Amino acid sequence: MTSIATSGALRRRIPATGFWSWVTTVDHKRIAKLYGYTGFAFFIIGGLEALLIRLQLARPENAFVTPAEYNSLFTMHGTTMIFLVVMPLAAAFMNYLLPLMLGARDVAFPRLNALGYWFFLGGGIVLYSSYILATAGVPAGGFVPETISRLGSAANGGWFMYPPNSGATFSPGSVIDFWLVGIALAGVGSLVSSVNLLTTIFNLRAKGMSLMRMPVFAWMSMVVNFLLLFSIPIITVAIFMLIFDRQFGTSFFEASGGGDPVLYQHLFWLFGHPEVYILILPAMGIVSEVLPVFSRKPLFGYPAVVFAGIAIGFLGFGVWAHHMFASGIGPITQAAFGLSTMTIAIPTGIKVFNWIGTMWGGKLRFKAPMLFAIGFVAMFTIGGLSGVTHSIVPADWQQTDTYYVVAHFHYVLFGGAMFGIFAGLYYWFPKLTGRMYHERLAKWHFWLMLIGFNLTFGPMHWLGLIGMARRTYTYAPGLGFDFWNMVSTIGSFLIASSVLLFMANWIDSRRRGKPAPMDPWDARTLEWSIPSPPPEYNFGEVPAVEALDDLWHQKYDEDERGRPVRKPDADARLSDLEQRHLHPAHPPHLPAPSAFPPLAGLSALGFAFGLLYHATAFGVVLLVLATVGLVVSFLSWSQEPLEEEAGK
Amino acid sequence: MTKPKSAAVLFASLALLLASCAGSAPMDSFDPAGPEARRIVDLSIPVFIIAGVIFLLVEALIVFAVLRFRDRGDDGEPKQIHGNTKLELVWTIIPALILAGIAIPTVKAVMDLTSRPGSGLAVEVTGHQWWFEFTYPKQGIITANELVIPVGTPIDLEMTSADVVHSFWVPRLAGKRDVIPGETTYLKLQADELGEYLGQCAEFCGLGHANMRIRVKVVSQDDFDAWVANQKRPAVEPADGTAAADGKQLFLTKGCTSCHIIDGVSTTATVVAPNLTHIASRDVIAGASLNFTEDDLKAWLANPPAVKPGSYMPNLHLTSDQIDSLIAYLETLK
Repeated sequence: MTSIATSGALRRRIPATGFWSWVTTVDHKRIAKLYGYTGFAFFIIGGLEALLIRLQLARPENAFVTPAEYNSLFTMHGTTMIFLVVMPLAAAFMNYLLPLMLGARDVAFPRLNALGYWFFLGGGIVLYSSYILATAGVPAGGFVPETISRLGSAANGGWFMYPPNSGATFSPGSVIDFWLVGIALAGVGSLVSSVNLLTTIFNLRAKGMSLMRMPVFAWMSMVVNFLLLFSIPIITVAIFMLIFDRQFGTSFFEASGGGDPVLYQHLFWLFGHPEVYILILPAMGIVSEVLPVFSRKPLFGYPAVVFAGIAIGFLGFGVWAHHMFASGIGPITQAAFGLSTMTIAIPTGIKVFNWIGTMWGGKLRFKAPMLFAIGFVAMFTIGGLSGVTHSIVPADWQQTDTYYVVAHFHYVLFGGAMFGIFAGLYYWFPKLTGRMYHERLAKWHFWLMLIGFNLTFGPMHWLGLIGMARRTYTYAPGLGFDFWNMVSTIGSFLIASSVLLFMANWIDSRRRGKPAPMDPWDARTLEWSIPSPPPEYNFGEVPAVEALDDLWHQKYDEDERGRPVRKPDADARLSDLEQRHLHPAHPPHLPAPSAFPPLAGLSALGFAFGLLYHATAFGVVLLVLATVGLVVSFLSWSQEPLEEEAGK
Repeated sequence: MTKPKSAAVLFASLALLLASCAGSAPMDSFDPAGPEARRIVDLSIPVFIIAGVIFLLVEALIVFAVLRFRDRGDDGEPKQIHGNTKLELVWTIIPALILAGIAIPTVKAVMDLTSRPGSGLAVEVTGHQWWFEFTYPKQGIITANELVIPVGTPIDLEMTSADVVHSFWVPRLAGKRDVIPGETTYLKLQADELGEYLGQCAEFCGLGHANMRIRVKVVSQDDFDAWVANQKRPAVEPADGTAAADGKQLFLTKGCTSCHIIDGVSTTATVVAPNLTHIASRDVIAGASLNFTEDDLKAWLANPPAVKPGSYMPNLHLTSDQIDSLIAYLETLK
């Protein structure tokens, strides 16, 4: 139900609650929540897929799922966790935090922001609708012992989707098409979102917030959005070439038609490696916020951490071929990409040492965000070091496509990105909800997850080195794989139970947690200088910033030995800030809700299905309707007044 | 107990467990049986040691910081240190030097191990969904699933694929190399000890990927010469009235000949299935996922897609008598 409320002094029509208020919202905090909850829902789905995978691999020659089901499970697990979990969760953090950290009332293009979310959601819907609508094909002449079940009727070419295996000859049926169209659609969402967030970072910083006074999270967001801006077009090109090959008989990647399957691999990884940094850099930003606050010290080497992040972003575009060391790309190429890959270790090491330097000499308080942040540093280090061993090109000829690589990137993306995301979820929970989470339960979550994580992925290093190949639905007994696969499966259920603890904590704390003050952690950055939860307009008056970690300097002086001394009027200043933000002197101008971003998103979803069914009359009708829908929504969007008249 | 400490304990115990539970691992890449695989191990071990030392150093620093600098509830606040340029230089330059030290032997090994085919025994490898075909061009031999090579002899593999991308990988002999349609890739390997070495297709290639395996049989030069001589013989002709003769009739009438070649018995326009002329000389069938034993042959012939899903060989709905006859025939094809 739409409920229109007039928000007191603001005199502006705000649909405050109800379904339509969420559909039409352009508030960056609400869009962040949409990203967050959607991303978390996909995290549950991707996690269930992982559990099925682990059950299948618990024993040799197991028949818990069929090979067709297994191939869909690992493809969808990887695709989901990358495109539908870590990317939207990072988008949730960036959306929620960037305006608050930079002192802005919203992002630069609020409606574009909403559009990004709806495109992402559309992509997720297309991907997962394949479980209901699509068919998995077997190459002509191939036989399976039974019909392929619904569980096996989702994309099955691996998240890398190499042709010719993913081409029309060897993957007839429509599951690959659903994957390609879904990823392309979600990609458009990431692209518009990156333009919006970059503009926000460059143009909407508060007075005095020079780039070098930005929180590190904002810096890392900037790097991530540049990476998205430059890498998403590459995967989009590769996807469309593959769609043309599948649907319209081109042969970009078909050797028999003069094409080159390795060309696809270059395009994919030219996107795929920056993508890795798209996934990890937001978590690095989060950890760089959490560690100083709970160490009661500023970040050690702020400029070094910032420049290391930028360096990682640049180098990230120059290492893609290390995913292809076994592809026969020639010795010079291999040597060059081995060397460029090694250089990544330098800025990464700088970050790790600066994080330890931040803790060094501090006064560490082990709240849940801090535990996850330290866990991030400890686990990410392992993933980073195994990454260095991949750069030893001949060693990678043994490691690539084995469980050693599976171990490596889970230490980066789970021990890294997900631990960072959990650190951030606990850290900003009070800001988001106005309530505190249950600390003890959160610590249980941490320990259970840390142990489960290491049990699951630690043994995979060993399994890979003793010869267990990836993406195999079964393995023979007697190869030394049995015991560690069982350990890994047990570990995966520990992870799953820790996630249940997290969900219980979140749900209960939102309702019944203790009320949170505006600055519960005695933090350093601007988002803690406004009420918890923040008012819709964020800042009652736009702050003026005088230093890096401005809020800290409003609360603390330093004595002659460089130790912080709380200003006698710090508490008074904080409550004064709170009052001024709650009761602004001038009514803030906010963009009005808009129905056109979701309408455009819906049209794009229709367009996607129109493409998938283009050979039928239904598909053609859908394409026509969707095109009209897109034109109408964008035209209306361009004519829509930015804010509604006061008092109406 | 604090977090990183328990992580360290966990890892120490993991390492111990690894050592004690290792058992037999016939595809262990750290148990090389030839110069190419050994070169990789020799190159890897120092790097793993360096990585291990850095790992211990970093985790020890974290553990120390956690223990030493935890909030003890006193009033004192920590000194606000913003950074240290000298330290930044140290932890930039030292890793760079270490990496430079690693880089030199790495580049050298890449150049050595990828040098083009030399004077070794040439074998052409063709990847198929889901089995490997081996052709010995000089000897004029075609076989499948099982690569027979003489001990101590350099082998030059020249590889391509008939369908999708595969990857040829026998961990104890060499690193993996992709097998790509429309392209030729090369891999050198050599086995210094007699025996059998297991391998696995390492690039995801569809439904049968997990069952696309490799067996390398390393024999003495004399045995290899004898094997070559035998492979060049025509297929054995079964004696009239035997079960094998019935089996041959079934082979000719049940559709087997549309895919399988037996020299002198059947031929096909393109290679779609393993050449069976000397199948009884091989230890493995079905992409090396099954053995050439009566039990495995029975299971395979009764319903190929059930034991190797996706298989291009259909269920021919053979009776058990027919299966027995076919097996009798196949067993004569030494």
